[in-house]
Amino acid sequence: MTKNRQVVYPYIPNSVPSVRRQMLAEIGVPDVNSLFAAIPESLRLDRRLNLPEPLLSEQALRAHVEGLLARNATCRQRLNFRGAGCYQHYVPAVCDEINSRGEFLTAYAGEPYEDHGRFQALFEYTSMMGELLEMDVVNVPIYDGFQAAATSILMASRITGRREVLVSASVSGDKLAMMRSYCEPVVSLRRVSINTKNGLLDVAALQMALSDSTAAVYFENPSYLGVIEDQAQTIASLAHESGAVCVVGADPISLGVMAPPVNYGADIVCGDIQPLGMHMQFGGGQAGFIATRDEEKYVMQYPSRLFGIAPTTVSGEYGFGDVAYERTSFAVREEGKEWVGTATALWGITAGVYLALMGPRGMEELGEGIMQRSHYAAMRLGAIRGVWSPALDSAFFQEFVVNFDGTGKTVAEVNKGLLEDGIFGGVDLTTEFPDLGQSALYCVTEVHTQADIDRLATALEEVLQ
Amino acid sequence: MSDDIRQARQTAGRPNLRRFHQARWDEPVIFELSTPGARGILPPDVEEGIAAAAGDVLATIPDALRRRAAPKLPEMSQVHVLRHYVRLSQEVLGADMNIDVGQGTCTMKYNPKVNDQLARLPEISELHPLQDESTIQGMLEIYYQLEQFLKEISGLDRFTFQPGAGSQAIFTSALMIRAYHASRGESAKRDEVITTLLSHPSDAACARTAGYKVITLHPESSGLPAKDALKAAVSERTAALLITNPEDTGIFNPRISQFVEIVHDAGGLCFYDQANANGLLGITRARDAGFDMCHFNLHKTFSAPHGCGGPGTGAAGCTSALERFLPAPTVERQGDHYYLDYDRPDSIGKVRSFFGVASAVLKAYAWVMSLGADGLREVAETAVLNNNYLLKRVLDIPGVSAPYAEGTRRIEQVRYSWETLCKETGVSSEDIGLRAADFGVHYWTSHHPFIVPEPMTLEPTESYSQADLDEYAAILGHVAEEARTQPEVVKTAPHNSPVHRVSDTRYLDNPEMWAITWRAYLRKHGGEE
Repeated sequence: MTKNRQVVYPYIPNSVPSVRRQMLAEIGVPDVNSLFAAIPESLRLDRRLNLPEPLLSEQALRAHVEGLLARNATCRQRLNFRGAGCYQHYVPAVCDEINSRGEFLTAYAGEPYEDHGRFQALFEYTSMMGELLEMDVVNVPIYDGFQAAATSILMASRITGRREVLVSASVSGDKLAMMRSYCEPVVSLRRVSINTKNGLLDVAALQMALSDSTAAVYFENPSYLGVIEDQAQTIASLAHESGAVCVVGADPISLGVMAPPVNYGADIVCGDIQPLGMHMQFGGGQAGFIATRDEEKYVMQYPSRLFGIAPTTVSGEYGFGDVAYERTSFAVREEGKEWVGTATALWGITAGVYLALMGPRGMEELGEGIMQRSHYAAMRLGAIRGVWSPALDSAFFQEFVVNFDGTGKTVAEVNKGLLEDGIFGGVDLTTEFPDLGQSALYCVTEVHTQADIDRLATALEEVLQ
Repeated sequence: MSDDIRQARQTAGRPNLRRFHQARWDEPVIFELSTPGARGILPPDVEEGIAAAAGDVLATIPDALRRRAAPKLPEMSQVHVLRHYVRLSQEVLGADMNIDVGQGTCTMKYNPKVNDQLARLPEISELHPLQDESTIQGMLEIYYQLEQFLKEISGLDRFTFQPGAGSQAIFTSALMIRAYHASRGESAKRDEVITTLLSHPSDAACARTAGYKVITLHPESSGLPAKDALKAAVSERTAALLITNPEDTGIFNPRISQFVEIVHDAGGLCFYDQANANGLLGITRARDAGFDMCHFNLHKTFSAPHGCGGPGTGAAGCTSALERFLPAPTVERQGDHYYLDYDRPDSIGKVRSFFGVASAVLKAYAWVMSLGADGLREVAETAVLNNNYLLKRVLDIPGVSAPYAEGTRRIEQVRYSWETLCKETGVSSEDIGLRAADFGVHYWTSHHPFIVPEPMTLEPTESYSQADLDEYAAILGHVAEEARTQPEVVKTAPHNSPVHRVSDTRYLDNPEMWAITWRAYLRKHGGEE
């Protein structure tokens, strides 16, 4: 189709021909092309873009996109046991209601006055995270937990002036690779092995690796493999004895029942807030947090926005603004700490809504309920002949490793069989953690009923027959 | 006196300025709304069968790792949580409500509601990123097709949607530049990146984070960096040029392809920061100017909403020569089947977890599908038409100017200066912007450093009508007049916003006083331990 009819585009008010003519006349040019005079002819595209013909009516567009999406099978239509960084939790209706509000959804970067609500909602988010973590400084959310870990490590390096970081070998392969390429110009990352029987950090190896060039020790609790690191206090002490910073990656959803990492010695805590009210969205709900004590040497190393509370010219009025803006790349370009820009503010606001809805009791009950379900599931699967579950001999929270070495089947074969039964089996760990044999990482949360877990166990038995 | 209300709403045939007042709820901080024992939502009970079999799970947590003191989160009933946040939302001047032409460089355009609704369907919101490929074919097709669209729009050969925003796309490109030179054994030698002062700060900051020394070119009176300055800057140490075009002045650099040549001749790569691409869709392309890489912001140019500052997507593109360095995985097609290719040994790896922000990818896809080739060109033409129209209107206001390259047509935005008015009245650009908020609009000054004195950056995208632009210019004209007649009103603005000016900036700069969380505030200013 050539441009054989004049389309007035609903998204483009001034596509009305008479209005365009009038505006051109006001500017004093004969046609729109004259406005592009600065662009040399040699750089102009001399043809139409080769794109599909548009779906001009909203109805046709909706039908088309819905048709594409219908080719997906969702975790509501199927039974999902995958986590590994993106978690299926129940999302309260109020979370969706608030992040659908056009005021929040379409705002960007107004001043703290006309965008007061944005500043207050984000300040409240960081404040509620501060209570969960028992730390006084939390940043406005950044891209994701990967970024939070990488930046935490660079912060530690800047704080200590040291350039080596020891990272637990239980960190996911993707995350470690991202941290490595991000930190490479400044910091080298060394993996510290884990005990493959229980998934815990090899403390002797850590002791060997620590030196006066160690900027930080990074581990996660619960770890990527789901286990609760019960040597956390020892690890933090060892780090501190070497003058290193202790960085802990934490899943905030666990903190209703697990101690905040600062209690066992963490100096920087980081992680992903996706579990706090964000739908999985194919991984699009991730958002990162970093928290520290309120010490200038820590605060000044954040690249991210930090919002603070301040008085205004009217007595009794709460105002907000950027704290220590001069450390950012917005203020001083390449002299700033890393960089700052658009990240995931809407998810921060949503996580705030989530924490306010849950309250202290909700977080505790949820944490306990998740553990009950995951422990029940681990037992049910462990009762199946040849299946070793939980395969790691440690306390765990919502994820646990299931080993299939005794079944004669690979994880890939097992998952293929489960998929035929409408079940997304655990994440295949065989590439990331070859030492664990044919193992998968199962995730069980409050969304799973006893019937769901029993259905998984039954399906698994059938697949393994 | 006429009894026709309409008569009192206009003066000399033009509508009067809006008698605006934003919501002012004087809302407490959420912790002050807590009622001990109140509940906002109840988690589901576990079945007895589970509880009995699982036993005392909390006892399995090692003692030192068990939470002893409940977190001091607020305790609120559901309606109070809702009401608090609805009130806060009303205290945000989102793009849905205002003539948002004042957020220059950010391409504030209409975010189609149908796309928001589509992105909330369970067929995307309830997808786990690690599902089997057979269950995510629709999602992969959307990724694949949008990549084809952006290839055509830019002329480049491949794109990734993994970066979560423009800056992360720039950083991704910097890592690819690093990988390219490393593959040629030149990474140690090529340690410099060149950018311009009127390119986004992230072009400089991301390059530095990737390990590069940054050389910054300053504009001449044309508003553009001098070709000779670039020639003097390049050497065998040059890794790349990272440049925006048009820069934040809205002036298109007509010698851009010569800039690219100079850098290429020195062995460097060229990255086109296309955050300012809204006026160029279907008009001119990165490839045609010789660039090796570019990025688009799907949350700006491609209509996905800004979300108070994300989530967004920085789509990073490159030529086939650089394809092997792209983040993994890529989305590939075989017949009617789409799949993820992780087997990319030269890849820079991951820059963000999973596959980026899928909802932004979906919204950008739907937006392009709603417009097609003619529609995209209409977007660009209208954005430029609107900008030059507003330019004329704004320059009618005494005291404002558009520095650099006088008489040159601007592309999609203009960085103005209130220097003359400020010298005359002592009223700054910041003051004028805050006063504009009293009439229901706002504007952004510019990134630092303010090489344009008293800056104001306006970008009237295709989403605004002639009447919108007239209203915006009328507000600026009115405030400029106030600056002369009653400057105190402007200097103490805003008056009709949710709150007034912060009175003591030590709360934001002084480590003894700043409070970044409520608990810190209570400790520092509330006498609590």
